[in-house]
Amino acid sequence: MAERCAVIGIGQTRHAAKRLDVSLPGLVREAAQEALSDANMDWSDMDAVVLGKAPDMFEGVIMPELSLAGALGAVGKPMMRVHTAGSVGGSTAVVASNLIRSGVHRRVLTVAYEKQSESNAMWALSHKYPFAPPVMAGAGGYFAPVIREYIRRSGAPDHIGHLVAVKDRINGLANPKAHLQLADIDIEKVRNSPMLWEPIRYLESCPSSDGAAAMVLTDEHYADAGSAPPAWLHGAAMRSEPLLFADRDEVNPRAGWDAARAMYDEAGITNPIHDIDTAEIYVPFSWYEPMWLENLGFSDRDEGWCRVEDGTTQMGGALPINPSGGVMCSNPIGASGMLRFAEAAMQVRGQAGDHQVDGAKVALGHAYGGGSQFFSMWIVGAKRP
Amino acid sequence: MRDVAIIGYHRMLPSLQNTAEESQMVSIVVSGALNQAGLSRRDVDFFCSGSCDYNMGRPFSFVMALDGIGAWPPACESHVEMDAAWALYEAWVHLQMGHAEIAVVYGFGKSSLVDMEMVSTQQLDPYFLAPLGVTGTDLAGMQAAALLNTGRYSTRDFAEVVIRSRTAVGGSGTAKELLQAPQLHGPLRAHDLPVRADGAAAVVLAAGPRACVHGAAHIIGIDHRIEAHSVGARDLSQSASTALAGKQAGVVNVDVAELHASYSHQEFILKDALNLGGGVVLNPSGGSLVDDIPMVSGLIRLGEAAVAIREGGANRAVAHASSGPCLQQNLVCLLEGGRG
Repeated sequence: MAERCAVIGIGQTRHAAKRLDVSLPGLVREAAQEALSDANMDWSDMDAVVLGKAPDMFEGVIMPELSLAGALGAVGKPMMRVHTAGSVGGSTAVVASNLIRSGVHRRVLTVAYEKQSESNAMWALSHKYPFAPPVMAGAGGYFAPVIREYIRRSGAPDHIGHLVAVKDRINGLANPKAHLQLADIDIEKVRNSPMLWEPIRYLESCPSSDGAAAMVLTDEHYADAGSAPPAWLHGAAMRSEPLLFADRDEVNPRAGWDAARAMYDEAGITNPIHDIDTAEIYVPFSWYEPMWLENLGFSDRDEGWCRVEDGTTQMGGALPINPSGGVMCSNPIGASGMLRFAEAAMQVRGQAGDHQVDGAKVALGHAYGGGSQFFSMWIVGAKRP
Repeated sequence: MRDVAIIGYHRMLPSLQNTAEESQMVSIVVSGALNQAGLSRRDVDFFCSGSCDYNMGRPFSFVMALDGIGAWPPACESHVEMDAAWALYEAWVHLQMGHAEIAVVYGFGKSSLVDMEMVSTQQLDPYFLAPLGVTGTDLAGMQAAALLNTGRYSTRDFAEVVIRSRTAVGGSGTAKELLQAPQLHGPLRAHDLPVRADGAAAVVLAAGPRACVHGAAHIIGIDHRIEAHSVGARDLSQSASTALAGKQAGVVNVDVAELHASYSHQEFILKDALNLGGGVVLNPSGGSLVDDIPMVSGLIRLGEAAVAIREGGANRAVAHASSGPCLQQNLVCLLEGGRG
């Protein structure tokens, strides 16, 4: 009961619009093999496998854990499949960490993926629900009005969205696994890119990617087995709220706020912007960086955009956000949350290479999904809790 | 492990077609299970559900189901795209961490909205199996043939399972009558196939001192295992994963077994894998053969096993849930009463 949990192996694929060189099993295996190698462990060392991905309609394969069991070395073992919408990559990591923290297992492989090129996510996200407003334009169509409301209430100037779009793409240039490598990105290019969903421009949107992420999580006994020091789990939380009801605040959802408070309490964090060195947060459209800065307590309400403007969230700033380039550079949907969790762990393990934040000891990984209603997040640290 | 017990359970009455929205179905079963446990929504520390988007023909079917649990203020909540029996497993793990006391597990599914056979094809390996158009029932027919080839059972035995299951839910008939029907899928006749249904079910779990209430069914062992997906890589006449999960769960000396055998012949494979002797009462609920709700049938087996302890006088019951073609993945849970 209440065992410590360590991240000792991390892997991810090269992310691209179409990974035509690999099948679905090949894609997940690429990430899992890298995580196992990093952990200095083999398939047979894993006690269980926890798989996550977003809707099965994205690839047209129902309950794919069944056909991926062999590729992930799960035959003869417990295997689970998590699905919590866009937050799933993070939720999957939390469910896997619970298997360690409960003392049920000692070494768990967790994997998340999406192969968007197999289908059309825009189509899969545009189905109409009875008694709900139609979302006939994918995720951007859904989130654009929420962003407009953020701009209205905060008074943020237009260029804030451009600043994040440029910052994340420059960060992504230092991450060889990132899908988008936009060497010539600048504010002017973002401003002149086509308007997709007012106020979201083309270059303020994430790409559609094929990709997978994987981690090996262990108990304390195996914590030092990996090729780098472990990232210790200091706190984790998941919260959900309904999609539609009167007076729901979708700009600053209470579920995200509640999850952050629960996680900070567990991790002993009292002043997030001071106590946390870097954060990988789920920003599929650039405007979500200032919005989540507020929701996560990194800034006061309506002032998140000021932290973007004053450079706080750049590399070298007080709180670098998405040093990997984030979802704005790579978006294999089901894996995007786990990539945030994994990149946070890479930072505190000192494994992030050219996008390493100097001296990062405590990092936050964050994911959200549905209509800003499903949240999962964790805090990892270099120090044993 | 921390003591965790099933202290509430509610399922909707069997229905071939239920026109209620998912959130309505979830609201009914979650309220029912909490009522049985004498608890309210405010007492719940963790929710976990199981469902499959393809049963509704749209992505994120679990999203609207949140309305059914009243997830405001926001709930600590998770979802598996699996039979809700695995949601119960996730909730059990959650309770083992020691900082939550009450969990609600629910599952919902509708067969009536889609062609379940077509859906079962989309569940198969997308490169080698799905393009052949083979269905879950086609593969079950192969499995039944493999079992008959061992010489241990006959199609009459299959029919006897059907009669016993139907009798449990008020039906009648004889094996001799059933065997007049033509064989449709290998040796399987129409009666050997599940009756597809719509519905939902919910279970309330309690941990620690909260688990020690009258009528509680304590989880004394739970485990699940998966096998190779390809049916050619397995001995279909046996279920190695059920046997392993049963061993890990410590299945021995049980009075009642609720087995997720959606096809009649699978009951024999499962019974053998769990070493259930002649004295064990099998599927007193009638089982998923007479009432198969996608993503819920497994959770219902756990709930019905708890009912056998709470109301049927059983001391120990084993519940089993399955997923995938030809029993590819199996969960086994051993329940015990008498601590309340």
